[in-house]
Amino acid sequence: MKSLDLKIIALLCHWCAYDSADAAGRSRQDVPPQIREVHVRCSGQVDPAMVLKAFAAGADGVMVLGCKPGDCHYRTGNHQALKRMRLLQQVMAATPIHPQRLRLDWVSAGEGDRYARLAQEMVSQVKALGPVDAKGGM
Amino acid sequence: MAGPPTIALYWCAGCGGCEESVFDMAEQLIGVYEKTRIVFWPAALDARSSDVEALADGEIDAAFINGAIRLDEHVQMVRLLRKKSKCLIAHGTCAHMGGVIGLGNFFSSKQLLACAYQHAPSMATPKGPLPGQGADTGTTRHPLPGLLPAVLPLDRIVDVEAVIPGCPPPPETMAQVFDQIIAGVLPAKGTVYAHQKALCHSCPRRDTRPERITVSRFKRLQDTLWDPTVCFLAQDLICLGPVTRGGCNARCISANMPCRGCFGPTTAMDDFGAGAMALIAALMADGDETDYEALIESIPDPAGLFYRYSLAASILGKGRRP
Repeated sequence: MKSLDLKIIALLCHWCAYDSADAAGRSRQDVPPQIREVHVRCSGQVDPAMVLKAFAAGADGVMVLGCKPGDCHYRTGNHQALKRMRLLQQVMAATPIHPQRLRLDWVSAGEGDRYARLAQEMVSQVKALGPVDAKGGM
Repeated sequence: MAGPPTIALYWCAGCGGCEESVFDMAEQLIGVYEKTRIVFWPAALDARSSDVEALADGEIDAAFINGAIRLDEHVQMVRLLRKKSKCLIAHGTCAHMGGVIGLGNFFSSKQLLACAYQHAPSMATPKGPLPGQGADTGTTRHPLPGLLPAVLPLDRIVDVEAVIPGCPPPPETMAQVFDQIIAGVLPAKGTVYAHQKALCHSCPRRDTRPERITVSRFKRLQDTLWDPTVCFLAQDLICLGPVTRGGCNARCISANMPCRGCFGPTTAMDDFGAGAMALIAALMADGDETDYEALIESIPDPAGLFYRYSLAASILGKGRRP
């Protein structure tokens, strides 16, 4: 498998992260093609089932981006995301899906350069792990 | 159905508790024996797989299969039973979601075999053949069945009409299923012999569950003297009742133990562990990242706790499905 075939789902909150991805586009930043952006209302909307669904559908990595702490449009949505994703990563540590395939981070609206950097970091992190291995199916 | 319904029961990778759920019907089992034709039940009757092969396709009305799919032999047997049966029933948690057997998916089959057959201190012949590799040459013995790369729930191998959840299922539920089949009604596709709603709705401690629960440290049973009448979650003890299907008569709660989710997810969910994680995260008191890490730290073996019965059914337990 070529590294270009890797699929990374980026779940971006409406108020900050999605706007930062827009800003990255407007300012012609390099966003790697492995990233598939999905627009969600708030990072607090992303629950473990959504992340696992992405992996089950063939994602090799999932990146959840929300507003910076204290900046959440819904006040505590990003805190809910933080609790859930840390718990999920702790669980993933015992399983064949490495916890580094999941990343939660924060970005402000308009921070196109930060968005591009986070996306590039995520791609190299997942590249190092390779594709999710098809172990165990029949 | 003309005449008494034809029944088969088979045991894959499991502890035998599901067979016990049939025997525990006690006097009612006599009625089942009188009113059905049991053609295959290795745990109770002398029968060979050749007896099943000799049946016509679809001759069995209902086949109850308990245990997870762990060996190549299980795959062959359940495919055979599928062919011969009108209705296939996943009997118990292991057949439903992989159950405790599915926890083997935290490791590869290679690691499991090496641990059990090569590195176990009591192993006198660490260089002996492994299951699936064939016995010594020159003998006519059959090799032990081989392990599959991972444990699988029954529905990953064959179509399943109905599920009887539970580790093990309550004997009353078993009696209900047999009564229905004896009355000539086979379960419709997708039937689950349990409640639609979560266990909390039928929990004897339901009224003591506060509207909002916030936990700043999860306690463990062994270091807590807990009130046997109050909701476990309200006492900072993890109980998975809110995300587990009811229908078990709250057996564990009545025995003063919290729910661990053997009935599996409610209809609203797919991945049991994901629902359990969402539940626990929602209980965590607000704070900063260090507080959350400390809170998570207070849950020993979270993967084993949230996926105790459902690891093999989760993407986390088997990698990607090809």
